[in-house]
Amino acid sequence: MRGRPLLHTSYAQDMALLDTPAKRLWAALLVALAFALPVVLADRSLEVLSGAYALAIGAIGLNIVTGYAGQVSLGHAFFVAVGAYTAAALSAPPGGRTLGFGLTEIWIWLPAAGLAAAAAGVLVAPLATRLRGLYLAVVTLGLVFLGEHVFKEWKALTGGPGVGREAAVPRLLGYPLDQDGPLGTKEQVLYVLMLALLVGFAVAARNLARSRVGRAFAAIRDRDIAAAVIGVPLTRYKVLAFGVSSFYAGCAGGLLFTVSGYVEPGSFSLLLSVQFIAMVLIGGVATVSGSIAGALFISLLQPLTRTLPALVPLVSADTTRTPNVFQVETVLYGLLIVLFLVFEPRGLVGLWIRVRGYWKSWPFSY
Amino acid sequence: MKGLLEAVIRGLGNGSVYALLALGFVIIYKATRVISFAQPALMLAGGVAVSHLAGTTGFYAAVPLAALLVAGVALGVERAAIRPMVGRPAFVVAIITLGVDVVVRVVVNAFIGRDVRQVGDPWGFAQVELGPLVVQQRWLAMLAVTAALVALLFAFFRYTRYGLAMRAAAHDQETALAQGISVGAVFALSWAIAGFLAAVAGAFAGTGQGIEQSTWVIALKALPAIIVGGLDSLGGAVAGGLVVGVVESLFQSYQGEYAPWLGQNFAVVSPYVVMLVVLLVRPYGLFGTREVERV
Repeated sequence: MRGRPLLHTSYAQDMALLDTPAKRLWAALLVALAFALPVVLADRSLEVLSGAYALAIGAIGLNIVTGYAGQVSLGHAFFVAVGAYTAAALSAPPGGRTLGFGLTEIWIWLPAAGLAAAAAGVLVAPLATRLRGLYLAVVTLGLVFLGEHVFKEWKALTGGPGVGREAAVPRLLGYPLDQDGPLGTKEQVLYVLMLALLVGFAVAARNLARSRVGRAFAAIRDRDIAAAVIGVPLTRYKVLAFGVSSFYAGCAGGLLFTVSGYVEPGSFSLLLSVQFIAMVLIGGVATVSGSIAGALFISLLQPLTRTLPALVPLVSADTTRTPNVFQVETVLYGLLIVLFLVFEPRGLVGLWIRVRGYWKSWPFSY
Repeated sequence: MKGLLEAVIRGLGNGSVYALLALGFVIIYKATRVISFAQPALMLAGGVAVSHLAGTTGFYAAVPLAALLVAGVALGVERAAIRPMVGRPAFVVAIITLGVDVVVRVVVNAFIGRDVRQVGDPWGFAQVELGPLVVQQRWLAMLAVTAALVALLFAFFRYTRYGLAMRAAAHDQETALAQGISVGAVFALSWAIAGFLAAVAGAFAGTGQGIEQSTWVIALKALPAIIVGGLDSLGGAVAGGLVVGVVESLFQSYQGEYAPWLGQNFAVVSPYVVMLVVLLVRPYGLFGTREVERV
């Protein structure tokens, strides 16, 4: 079959994670390049990218429930918060100003953060099985507000609004990952950690999507009654979708704040949920690579707009002046969501498919 | 008892603002099957427009002017961002309105600035005595204006050509098209009405305390209101808005005394608790119609 990579002669081939040699090559090259970046880039850029990778894990989670299983959730920020606070509380030293248990090993607090968030997701899921579409969107939105209230009031855990608390401390087998050490600077070590975790989570999500569970999710998304008729247990799979998605969100929450080392309960507002939705939509619905691309895109938007005042004199870096960078950034979020949905609903992945399609059939137009 | 009644009247006053917003949500939902998350921005725009106009025209003339202005903005939004999406899943269009909301709000915020803007209303925090009760005049004004607008709106739907067209299109778009109704015009009209109502709500939300950048959060309380009332019921929207307002006001008055463990400002999130409780019992709200499901 040499030279005919798209000819599949077995189911195993058809369902392979990367089904053509070109994809395997490029995926390997991309991952290798990403792992090589700490040698080249400055610590400041690595910090931005580490944050983006943590967000990408959360975006993959939202894509599992919203993209693959079709259950619209505006409540992702709540699950991220549950994970962030579980991780922070477990890893903080006991007896401090805020709750702490002194379990700084990342292999303890990261799964714990995921499981706590997953438990919250499973608790919410019974509502989700009763509701559909926009009803569900509004209810999950309510969840964000309730969660924000709880986290603002539970000062022993969160430190309270405006004060906050220290975030999870990553240690691996006694080695502190958040300090400069023999393996490299703090940013370099954290970058490699986030990247390795992202690759793991991404591969797991791809595997989930191509399994029996993933097919059940897709069936529910496309037509839930039809799915029930062909024997997909709706309740079980909707609960599962929320559970897995929240697990990803919880892990993302635990990791997200290790870079800055500080969590504030105001961070988990509706805006964070909207940002996750934007990542999924701009990146590409129901694609793992799209979630990662979307998260990178949204995270890089911020540092890019910060450079605007130097290029466009009309835009000011001063928050009291009217076209300032924060306003431009917010407008860009909104505009990009609208423009992508109107012109390229498949998102960045769709743009890539267009480019690929053009060159595949070149010089013919189809 | 006196305190309770005063709290209820305050709740009805605030609730009537929620009811106006909720009506906008429901009208758009009935016409296009989409929840418009752009309502908060339109409400804020209305309040800000009134605050700028009131200086020259006075509050009473500024409210209808601002409402017409915002209705125009809503028409523009519908034409530019929503009409091209006809036939696409409701979720996608809802997210588009979320994007529109973010953009419009940034623009409107530029007109607000850092400080609170007064809308120039004649009531302020002035109070009036109703028998033994002492209540703020603005609650009564809100209630009266909302009652008048709701009556007008229901008459419009019941007795006019366009109202009939809107009801027909809400019932079945294809059949309505076949009868010669311009469904596009119905979409536009529903957005314009929703914008108008949101602007009036914005003006009244700004009475007394004024308009600031964070005022838009008020409009989100209309979401529990429409869910409680049922997404596709106009009467439900009004009832839901009033219920949400009263519940919030009661929590404001009594929660600190009877349930302090719920934390400060629990009243702000109490509408969402009401929403969850109602949904657990009735997944389609109090007055909503159960969806008929066909494969």
